[in-house]
Order: sequence, then C-alpha cells, then structure tokens
Amino acid sequence: MVDSKHQWKAWLYLAPAIILLLIFTVWPIINTIRMAFLNNYSLQSEIGGATFSIGIQNFTRILRYKEFKRALLTTTLLCVITVPLSTILALIIAVCLNSIKPLSRFFQTIFFLPYVTNSIAIGMVFAAMFNIVGTIANFNTPGVVNNLLMALGFNPIDWINTSSTYTTNMIVMVIYIVWNALPFKILILLGGLQSVNKQYYEAAKIDGTSRFRTFTRITVPLLSPMIAYVVITGFIGGFKEYSSIVGVFGDSMGPASDKGRLNTIVGFIYDALPNLQQGRASAAALILFVIIFAVTMVNLYVGKKRTHY
Amino acid sequence: MVENKENKIIEEQQPLEVEKEESTLEVESKENTKEATSLNVMHEANLEHVSNKQKVVKILVKVAIYAFLIFMAIIVLFPFYWMINSSLKSVEEYKLAVPTMWPRRLMFSNYADAFQVANLGRLFLNTLFVGVVSTALSLVITVLTAFAFARLEFKGKNALFGALLATMMIPGELFTITNYGTVTAFGWTHTFTALIVPFLVSVFYIYLLRQNFMQIPNELYLAAKVDGTSDIKYLWKVMIPLALPTLISITILKMMGAWNSYIWPNLVANDEAHRMITNGLRNAFTDASGETNMPRQMAAVAIVSFPLFLIFIFLRKYIMKGVSRSGIKG
Repeated sequence: MVDSKHQWKAWLYLAPAIILLLIFTVWPIINTIRMAFLNNYSLQSEIGGATFSIGIQNFTRILRYKEFKRALLTTTLLCVITVPLSTILALIIAVCLNSIKPLSRFFQTIFFLPYVTNSIAIGMVFAAMFNIVGTIANFNTPGVVNNLLMALGFNPIDWINTSSTYTTNMIVMVIYIVWNALPFKILILLGGLQSVNKQYYEAAKIDGTSRFRTFTRITVPLLSPMIAYVVITGFIGGFKEYSSIVGVFGDSMGPASDKGRLNTIVGFIYDALPNLQQGRASAAALILFVIIFAVTMVNLYVGKKRTHY
Repeated sequence: MVENKENKIIEEQQPLEVEKEESTLEVESKENTKEATSLNVMHEANLEHVSNKQKVVKILVKVAIYAFLIFMAIIVLFPFYWMINSSLKSVEEYKLAVPTMWPRRLMFSNYADAFQVANLGRLFLNTLFVGVVSTALSLVITVLTAFAFARLEFKGKNALFGALLATMMIPGELFTITNYGTVTAFGWTHTFTALIVPFLVSVFYIYLLRQNFMQIPNELYLAAKVDGTSDIKYLWKVMIPLALPTLISITILKMMGAWNSYIWPNLVANDEAHRMITNGLRNAFTDASGETNMPRQMAAVAIVSFPLFLIFIFLRKYIMKGVSRSGIKG
C-alpha cells in the first residue's frame, strides 16, 4: 500500500523537473499547435491585442512559399542521399574492421575521431578546403580539393563561392555530412558485428559459400536491427540538418551570391522567429514533426517485416 | 574432409602472414616460397592447386581490405591535418596557388592572435560557466527525478514516465519557437539564465539514470529503511556511488553540449558578454574588406577542437556508453 506521506515526498523529488518541463516542454507543445492553427499568428500582435481566426492558413501559405519548398527539397535531398550513402560506407568499413586483426584498434580510433567534433568548427575546415580565393577564371588560391583535381588533370570547380551551383554546393554538403555521420554508424555496426555468433560464418565456410553471399545472406540479416537503428536515427538527424550548413556557408545558408540557397526546414523555422512569424514557424515545426514521425514509423514497419531478430 | 583441413591450416597461417603485410611484394615472395615447399610435400596435385588459388585470393582480399581502410582513414583524417597545417602557416604561405604540405615556418603566433582577435578567452569563460552551472543543476534534477521513478511509489507513476518518454519523439525545434517567446517574456534575453534554465531537464538522462538505479537491488533500499536511513542519505551514500559511471557520462555529454551549442545561444544571447564559443567562431576573422585571415581562423578552429579530442581520447568509454543508446550527436 502506498501511504499518502510517501506520495507527498515523491512529488517533492519530482517537483523541479515537472515545473521546468511544464514551462519549457508541455506548454511549448500546446502553444505550437495553438499558434500553427491561428491564421497569420504573431506573438507581438497578440500582445498588442490582436485576435486571430482559427484555420489552416499558416500551412497553406508556407506550402506555397518558395523558400519553404526549397528548404523542404534541400533537406529531403540531403537525407535521401546521405543516409544510404553513409550507412553503406559505414557497413563496409565496419565489416573490414571486423575482418582484420593487426591494427584493428588503431583504425577504429581513427574512424571514431570525427565523432566528437564541433560541427560548426569542422564545417569551417571543409569550407577552407573547397574555398577559391579570387574567381574561377583567375584565382589566387584554388583550394586544396581543386589542387587535387588539377593534379589529376581535371578543371577546378567553383564549389562554394559566388559562381557555384546548387549541385556543387550540395556535393560539398553531402561529403561533409557523410564524413560527419560515419563514426556513429561504424560504432553501432561494428558493435553489432562483434556480437554475431561466429558459428554462422564457420557453417558458411564449410558449405563453401562465397564472400559476397556470406555478406548478403548472413552479415546483413544478422545486423539488420543495428542497420534499422542507424537508418532511423540518420533520418531523424538528417531532417533536422542545420548547423553543418552554417559551418560551411555561415549564417547566410548559401554562397554570397544566393543567400538562403541551402536553407533547411530547421533554418526556415529559425528565420521566422526574429521576423515575428511564430504562426508560420509553428506550422513548419509541426510539418517537421509529422515528417520525422512518419519516417520513423515507416522505418519501424519495414524493419519489423524485414528485420531478423 | 581433406579440403576442410587444408582450409584450417591456411587459416592458422593467416595471422602470421598478415602481421607484416605492409608491402604486397613481401607477401607475394613469401607466397612463392611456400608454394614451392608445399608442392614437394603434397601429392595430390589437383587439391593443391585449388588450395593455393584460395590462398592467393585470401591474401589479395586482405590486401584490398587494408588498402581500402588506409584510403578511408586518409579521407577521415585529412580535414584535421588540413586544419593544423593551415593554422600554422603565414597568410602569404596559405595563399600559395600550390599549397605546401607542411608550413615552411611554424607560425605558432596564429594561435595567440586567434585568442585575441576572436576574444576566445572570454568566450571560453562564458562557455565554461554555462557548462558547469547547467551540468551541476541538471545532475541534481536528474538524480532526484530518476530516484523518484526508480524507488518511490506514487499514483500515476507509470503514466507519467510514459508521457516523459513520449516527449523524446518531438524535435527540439518545436519547443524553441515558444521558448524564445517565454524567455523574452521573462526578461531573460542576453542573460546566462536563458542559456541554462530551458535545458536543465533532459528526459533522456532521466531515463538513462533511472534504468541504472533500477539495477540496484531493492533489498538495499529496504534494509536502509529498516535502519532508519533517510532517502536522501541513502541516495547519497548508495545510489550515487553505484551509478557514478552514468553520472560521468551525463556530465561529459552535457559539457560537450554547452561547448557545441550554437542555435539557441545565437537566438537569445549573442552579445559580447554572454556569447558562447561556437557562436564567436564563425564570423570573427573576416576584416572590413571581407577578407578572412584563414590561418588565424583555422587556429581558432583548432583551439575549439582540441578539448574535444582530449575528452575523446581519455573519456571515450563514458561517451560511448551514453551515445550508443541515444543516437545523439555530441
């Protein structure tokens, strides 16, 4: 039996967390839904005494916005390119790491190193590597990536500067995001591989199964829970992409000639705040939540059907 | 059966061969001598042929694996190398059309300059203050909450815990919109309070610590009760020491969070007195003409990155413990 004296005590322990959660988590959830469904809502005009009609105008409006559509496209593209790419690459690296003995620890340390980096700081290093000083026709410093391209006999490319294109910008972002995403995925997949029962592989060896077949028929199915996990977390993180782009391009979210070109959904939400557009920001945040929720559910559903536990 | 045995023998030889596998040539020559000796020993030429072929394939695969790993390792390490290389060059040397692979003269002064120009000392103190205070308060709240959920009995406990976990599904950006308004209404803009208070409660840390507390046998708690030990004393003397590794993980992740935070500080407290280190980093090195002193900027980037490397090298197991369960990026 729970006596009332203990109840009182338990709530005392919970009080700080509950008070803070009510202010900074529960209220925001309610308020976001409220703001999203009040047409053209703005906190400042509400304080000024304005009233708003209930409706879905915020949603219909941002879905017509060029900026929002562009942000949605960029975010989705970055997700669908970088998540499979980094997962496959991480899987190959993890299998390789697991199959060697000498130097394995050494390589592991190297591959985990990008894990604890500051995404703004290292984004600036990537910007420096791709940066052209001067113009593409007449440059002082072509940037080390272009140096490499030129050494291999290619023409230098304007990756991130004023004459760059959306495609080249995106290539830089994909490289940076994959580079950044690898360590976590390798860590999880390698952990999974190390816990796989060796007997499966011995059985395959006795049967004379080829390496590729062993990989697709044994390794991948046994690893599928870990693969599902890194794919889901990859998509969740990917749809919230923001600071890596700030790292490479700065607050302008794009080259100086086309600011906001690489803006993402999260960037769109933050842009709306100082512009006093909380209604639209809330609508965008709810759309983001629905996307993340849907992607997670689809992944879980596919995972349930295809994952071997 | 014979073939199986043969395979096993090859397996046993493998590690020895691979150990010195730096150059392909060396391995190949070894392979040749082995082929010669084994030819003398073996009678069944057919079988021998097959196993030799397998052996060669196996070694080629190993070589390919190492080559691939070395290639990937170079790609992974290159940005770090380029950061350090660039940070130690003079501006003139940095601007060379064909870059030097290592500075001709090491310009350690870039680091001192970076510290001054970007006011890194102040940013560092700001970040440290926010990190330490928010970690300390967050630990207290997390411990109390996790203890209540793990040990105390009250009505609606499971429902409340479920509701807490459900909030983890919601992207943080959704909270930011309202919190920005709330913080403004409280008059907290441009204060450390705005940087600390909204993030004191982390449901994930509560979850992590509660799981840890649950593993501690309840008999210990009941025994302490019989002895008349108060809850707080029990928490302090038994639970906290036993859950110390988790608390260390939380501390490290929280400190790293302060070090890497960018978006929220940029919104609410991006003034000189409260600016956090990551916010100060991005635009501090562009002069009036719009030109950036890259070596200095890279030095600042290196200064921000080094503490993270140190944490990674010395406290890796604690970081891994936390992140492998959360999927959050430091």
